[in-house]
Amino acid sequence: MIETISLGRDFKVRGAVVPAVHDLTFRVEAGEFVGCLGPNGAGKSTTIKMLTGILTPTRGRALVAGLDPARQRKALARRIGVVFGQRTTLWWDLPLRDSFELVRLLYKVDRDRFGARLAELTEVLELGPFLKTPVRQLSLGQRMRGDITAALLHDPEVLVLDEPTIGLDVVAKGEVRSFLARLNAERGTTVLLTTHDLGDVERLCRRVLLIDHGRLAFDGSVAQLRALVPGQESIEDVVAHLYLSSTPAVPRTPRRTPDADPPTVTA
Amino acid sequence: MGDYLLLAWTWVRASAQYRTSFAVSIVSSFAINALDAVAIGIVFTHVTTLGGFSLREVMFLYGTSGVSFALADMLFGNVERLSQHIRAGTFDTMLIRPVSPFVQMAADGFGAHRIGRLAQAVIVLGLSLPVVPWSRAWMVPVMIVCGVVIFTAVFTLGAALQFVLVDAPELANAFTYGGVTLTQYPLSVYGEQLVRGVTYIVPLAFVNWQPALYVLGQPDPLGLPGWLRFASPLAALLLSAVAALAWRAGIRRYRSTGN
Repeated sequence: MIETISLGRDFKVRGAVVPAVHDLTFRVEAGEFVGCLGPNGAGKSTTIKMLTGILTPTRGRALVAGLDPARQRKALARRIGVVFGQRTTLWWDLPLRDSFELVRLLYKVDRDRFGARLAELTEVLELGPFLKTPVRQLSLGQRMRGDITAALLHDPEVLVLDEPTIGLDVVAKGEVRSFLARLNAERGTTVLLTTHDLGDVERLCRRVLLIDHGRLAFDGSVAQLRALVPGQESIEDVVAHLYLSSTPAVPRTPRRTPDADPPTVTA
Repeated sequence: MGDYLLLAWTWVRASAQYRTSFAVSIVSSFAINALDAVAIGIVFTHVTTLGGFSLREVMFLYGTSGVSFALADMLFGNVERLSQHIRAGTFDTMLIRPVSPFVQMAADGFGAHRIGRLAQAVIVLGLSLPVVPWSRAWMVPVMIVCGVVIFTAVFTLGAALQFVLVDAPELANAFTYGGVTLTQYPLSVYGEQLVRGVTYIVPLAFVNWQPALYVLGQPDPLGLPGWLRFASPLAALLLSAVAALAWRAGIRRYRSTGN
């Protein structure tokens, strides 16, 4: 569903060429739930932006839902959903419901299918009480549920989320997590998310990609990630240890064997 | 097209949420443009010819350029706000929708109040029309459309530049807002090098000056070739091709913001 081959992107910083992402190769199959971890500035967001067509790669190639993101951006937009935790795609001054209506028109979603999907998402994400509220008056948790709904109304095969739980309280976080787990389990939607919240990873992700210095430093299950740093109790300590030690200390493991560990979804 | 109208309408509705601000912006836009029109009137009560052109002929130049610019500005002028969107990160969200980012930028923050500027230019153009002979009137709509295309291309070039120089939207303003001010008067009042520059380099002379020489039956003060009077569509086409390439190159070089 998602495939990258030697994907790379350089940025020019004061005349010098800095590779933000380098030689990134991985594959995500349909129906997987993958978490993308890495310290700030490691290249997570750059990777996500290349996969969603926002940034054009300098080297290598990416294929998402069979499309080249940078070249087939509009076609890709109809096949994937994208959520940014730090910025909204909703219309700030209009009622939430109007933003959804706009999604229907822009994505040219059939009216009946749209109605059914919206009704379903409204129920599961409990949007009912604030559908008519202008987005600027929503709490962050409500807005995030609105953003996730907007990204799913056209029924995408892949959902990409960049820090979807950032700033949310424990309850709102739990709601978002259990929804994503359900979406993945029931509809088989492929989910790729970046996060700094290791709770997201432990509860949701069957597979973890660790990006460090723009390279793929680890690709495997949460259990395999823990095994890298023996003697550490919490996943936080494991990841902190990995972030602190520079790239060479993190061994590159081969791709995980399918179903090496059962999904541990509790939310 | 449909997407543009949809987005523009949504923006009008969004801005109408703030009723007072919406009303004030419409009223102030009309007031500013009315004052502008009064200023032109005052200039022309003291001057009867300008650069070898009569009052009505100057009004014709002013009106054609004004209408072209007002239309281009109203429909596409917002693309020049690109650097704000890049810095705020909102350009990212435009790239994940199944609609051309250019259309989204053009419709962004569409304001009905911009009709004020258009109304003023239309009135000036209307008052000048008696100088246009019937046999040459066909050129007027042609030159207005070409003018819209040329100004839109200049807006787009300015926006494309902002992909590289996020802090330099002002440079583009020199050619758009500067361009309309320049072409609202007979180019014969300017220096020869400037006129050659806006003919062959940044083709603002084709917005109205060259086709107006044909419409008004005036000789070219610089003695440039006569076929240039009919070259506006060609200039518009070439400049839009350059602008489209620059926009695409800009999107390829787009670097987004952190996280």
